Amino acid sequence: MSIEALYIILTGALVAASSALLGSFLVLRKMAMLGDAISHAVLPGIVVAFLLSGQRENLSLLIGAAASGLLATFLIELLHRKARLQEDASIGISFTWLFAIGILLISTYTGQVDLDQECVLYGEIAYVPLDQISLGSWWTGPRPLLISGLLFLVSLGYIIISFKGLKLLSFNQDHARSLGVRTQVWHFSFMAMVSLVTVLAFEIVGAILIVAFLVVPAATAYLWSRSLIPMLILAVVFGVLSSVGGYYLALGLDGSIAGAMVSVAGILMAISVLIIKVLKRT
Amino acid sequence: MSLEKQVVGEVVLEVHNLSASYNRKPVLWDIDFQLTAGQLVGIVGPNGSGKTTLLRNIMGLMEADSGYVRLFGKGLNEVRDRVSYVPQRESVDWDFPVSVREVVEMGRYRPKNLLRRLKTSDQDLVDQALEKVGMLEYAARQIGQLSGGQQQRVFLARALAQDADLYLMDEPFVGVDAATEDAILKVLTELKEDGKTVVIVHHDLQTAFQYFDSMVLLNTRLVAVGPKNSVFTKENLQEAYGGRLTVLSKLSQVIASSEFPVREKGFKEKTGKGDPQDG
Amino acid sequence: MDNWWIYDTSLWLVAGGTMLLSITAALVGGFTFLQKRSLVGDAVAHSILPGVAIAFLISGQKDPLWLMLGALISGWLSLAVMDYLNKHTKLSEDTAIASVLSVFFGVGILLLTYIQKKASGEQSGLEGFLFGQAAAMRLNDLYTYCALALLLISITIVFFKEFKLLSFNPEFAQSLGLPVGILRVLLNSMMVLAIALGIQAVGVVLMAALLITPSAAARNLSNGLKGMLWVSVIVAGFSALVGTLISFSAPSMPTGPWVVVCLSAIALLSLFLAPQKGLVARLMMQKRHQKKITDENLLKAIYHLGEKENSFAAWFHVEEITGIRDFETDVLKSALKRLIRKGLLLRQGHSFQFSRAGLDEARRIVRLHRLWEMYLNKRLRLKADHIHPNAESMEHIISPEIEAQLLEELDYPERDPHQSPIPYKP
Repeated sequence: MSIEALYIILTGALVAASSALLGSFLVLRKMAMLGDAISHAVLPGIVVAFLLSGQRENLSLLIGAAASGLLATFLIELLHRKARLQEDASIGISFTWLFAIGILLISTYTGQVDLDQECVLYGEIAYVPLDQISLGSWWTGPRPLLISGLLFLVSLGYIIISFKGLKLLSFNQDHARSLGVRTQVWHFSFMAMVSLVTVLAFEIVGAILIVAFLVVPAATAYLWSRSLIPMLILAVVFGVLSSVGGYYLALGLDGSIAGAMVSVAGILMAISVLIIKVLKRT
Repeated sequence: MSLEKQVVGEVVLEVHNLSASYNRKPVLWDIDFQLTAGQLVGIVGPNGSGKTTLLRNIMGLMEADSGYVRLFGKGLNEVRDRVSYVPQRESVDWDFPVSVREVVEMGRYRPKNLLRRLKTSDQDLVDQALEKVGMLEYAARQIGQLSGGQQQRVFLARALAQDADLYLMDEPFVGVDAATEDAILKVLTELKEDGKTVVIVHHDLQTAFQYFDSMVLLNTRLVAVGPKNSVFTKENLQEAYGGRLTVLSKLSQVIASSEFPVREKGFKEKTGKGDPQDG
Repeated sequence: MDNWWIYDTSLWLVAGGTMLLSITAALVGGFTFLQKRSLVGDAVAHSILPGVAIAFLISGQKDPLWLMLGALISGWLSLAVMDYLNKHTKLSEDTAIASVLSVFFGVGILLLTYIQKKASGEQSGLEGFLFGQAAAMRLNDLYTYCALALLLISITIVFFKEFKLLSFNPEFAQSLGLPVGILRVLLNSMMVLAIALGIQAVGVVLMAALLITPSAAARNLSNGLKGMLWVSVIVAGFSALVGTLISFSAPSMPTGPWVVVCLSAIALLSLFLAPQKGLVARLMMQKRHQKKITDENLLKAIYHLGEKENSFAAWFHVEEITGIRDFETDVLKSALKRLIRKGLLLRQGHSFQFSRAGLDEARRIVRLHRLWEMYLNKRLRLKADHIHPNAESMEHIISPEIEAQLLEELDYPERDPHQSPIPYKP
C-alpha cells in the first residue's frame, strides 16, 4: 500500500468513526433527517466564509457553517411552531432553500471560491495527500488527516463525558425532564457536535454523503446491538470498514472515493439486514 | 430521599385552578384539588378527559394556561428529589439498546451527577428496586426481550430507585399479565404503608375501585375528588361518562381555530368594589 | 441586441416544457405534502440517480425513455426498501429514510464518476441531473417528457376524488370500499414518475423542494384541496420560468437552485405574510382581539359602576372606572378613544357616559359573562369562588350561536351564581 492510500484511508476512517459515534445518538433519538438537513444547510455559511476570508482557513469556515446551521434549526422551528407548517415540510423547505442559495453563491463566484459543485457533492478525499502541513519539525503530513484526527479525539471525548446524559436523553426525554435535567442544554450541545462533524467532514466527503457517514454505520450497528457501548464500538467498526472497502472499490472502478465508501456502508447494512432476517427465522 | 418522616394526612399535592390546553384546544378547565399523604389515588375518567395532561402538568412537562401546582407545599424545582414520574410504557422505544439494570440506574441520575459515576449507595438502591419488583435475575437482559408486564416492572423499579415520597404513574396497569398486576399492587401497597403517596392515571373503572383508596374523577373539568365511595356515585359517574358538554367543546373549537388567548394574561381585578365576584 | 431571447423559439419551448414538468411535480407533490411524506419524496429523488446512471450504462445513450425507466425502477426500489426497513427491522422511519437517501445517492455518485471517467462526450448531460440544466435539454427529449407529464396530469384529474380521500383519511376511504392498496401503488408510481420528470428541471438534489414547496406556499393562500393545487401549480410554473430564463442567460448557471430559491421565497412570503393565515396576519389578529377584550372589559367595568349607582345614565369619572378594575393608563386612554369613536361612550371632560348602543353592548357582555359563570357552576361544577377568572376570558369569545345554546341549556336563568341579575335585552 502506498503512503498516499494510507493517508486517504486513515482520513476517511477517522471521519467515519467520528460520524458513527455521534450518528449513533442521532439514530437513537430518531433525528437522522435533522442531521441531513443540517449537513445541507451549512453550505451557504461555508461559501460566505470563503468569500469573506478568502481562504480555506478552518476557523472562519467553522463560524460560517455554525451560523447557517443555527439559521436552519431556527427556521425549521419557526416554520413549524409559529407558521404552523407540518414538521416534514418545514425541514424539507428550510434545507433545500439554504442549499440552493449555497449552490448559487458557488456558481456566481466561481473564480473567487475555491469550491465547486463537485467538491460539494463528492468531497475531495482523493486530494488529501496533496494538502501537507508541518507541525514544527516533528510531524509532517496531510492537513485533513490532522484535522480528522483531532475531530475524532474531540468526538470520542464528548461521547465519553456525556455518555450518561445522552443515554438518558435518548431513552426517555420526559423522564429526564422530570428529574430536572435541562434537556434543551443537552440537545443543543449535541447538535453543536453534530454540526462540528458535518463542517469538518464537509470538504472531505461532501455535503450530502456526510449523512451516510452519520447514519448508515450507526443504523447497521443498531440492528445488531443489545446494549449501547457495543453499538457505539460496532458503529465505529462499520464506519472504518466502509472507509477501507470504499477506497479499494473506488480504485477498482476509478470513481468517487466518498461515493464508494458510502456504497460499501450500504452493502454492509444490506448484508446485516439479510443475515438478521435469516437468523430470526431459524 | 426525605429525612423528614412522612405524616399521614399531610398535604402532598395541591392543584390550584389549573387550566391547560393541548394543540391550543383546552383540555383541562380549572382543576382544583389537593391530596394527602399515605394513600393510593386513582385519576379516572373517559378517554381524552385530560388525565395524562394533568399528570404532565404536575410534573412541569407542559405549560399551563393558568393556575399552579404545589408539591409538599413548595414549587416542583425545590422538591424534585421527592417526586417520581412514570410515563406511559408506550412512550419509549423498547428496542433501545440498554439493559434492565441500566434503565433502573437512570432512576438514580440527577442533573448534578450526570458527568460522574454512580456511587455504591446508588447501586444498592438499584439492586433493592430490582429485587422488589422481582426483576433482579433479568438485570442483564436487553429491555426489548421482556414481556409487556416485565417492561412495566422495569419502569416501576426505575421509579422505586428514585426513592421518592410522591409517585405519579401514567397507566401502569395497561397490557400487563395477572402476575405483574399483583406484583405492582403489592409494591404500591408497601409504598403506601411507608407513608408514601402514589397517584395513578387509570382508565378502567372496575379495577380502579379495587385498587385505590381515593379517586380524582375527571372529564375536562373535575367531577369529583375524595374517598372512593364518595366519588363512585351514580350521579358522578353519569356526569363524567355521560353526555358531552356541547357548549364547552364548541368553545374549545373556536379557541383552537382563532387567535384568541386561552386566558387573559395577568388578569387582575380589584375586589369588593361593586364587582359581584364575591357574591 | 439585448432582447435576442424574446425571439428564440427553442428557448420558449424549453421554458414551456420545464414549466409543464414543474407543474406536474407540484400537482402530484400536493398529495405527498398532504400525506406528510415530504422527506420520503426527498429520498426518492436522491435515489433516482443510480437508476439513471445504470440506464445510461446499459443503453449507452441518453434516450429519455431509457432514463425514465431506470429512474422509475430505482425510485420504486427505494420506496420498497424504505418500507421494508420500516416494517421488518427495528429501524425507525426517520433512520430508514436517511439511510436509503444517502446510500442510493452514494451509489449514484460512484456510478456517475465511473461513467465520467469511462465514457466521453455523450455523458456530459448527465451532470445536469444533479442540479438541472434547462439550457442543455434537447427538444426531442423534452417532447417525450412533456407527453409523460400530460399523462400524469390527466390521471390526477381522473382520480382526483380518490386521491383526496386517500390523503386525508385512508381508513375512511377503505370503509367506502375503495381499493386503497391499488390507489396507493398508483399514487406512489405517479410520485416517482413526477420526481423523475421534475429532475429534468431542477436536478436530483433539490427535487424535494419542487414537490412540496409549492404546496406549502399555496396552503396559506387558498382554501380546500382544489384551491391549494391551483395556487401551487401557478407558483411552480412561475418559478420554473424564472429558473429557465436565468439558466439560458448564463449557461454556467444551473437551473435548479434558481427555481428553488424562487419557490422558497414565495413560500416564505406566503407563510409569513399571507392574509388571514400568515404569521403576521395572525399576530395582528391577536392584537385586534386584545383590543376587543380591553374595550369589552372597559364597558363591563362601567356597567358594574352603573349597577352600583343604580343608574346607567350617570356620568362616571375615570378614577371611578379604574377603581373597579386596573387598566394601564395608555391602554385605558386608547380604549376610551376607540369606544367614543364607535359611539358607545359619551365624554365630558374626564367623565364618561354610556350611549344607547354602548349600554346595549355592555349588557351583552355582562350577560355573556354571567351566563358563562352559570354554565361553569352548573355544568362544570366549579365552585362560585373559582369561576370568575375562568369566565373572564370567555365572554369575549362566545358567539351569538353559542349564546343561544347556553341560554337553552341553562333555561334562561335570572341570576348568576353570585346572585347578580343577568341583564337581558330590555
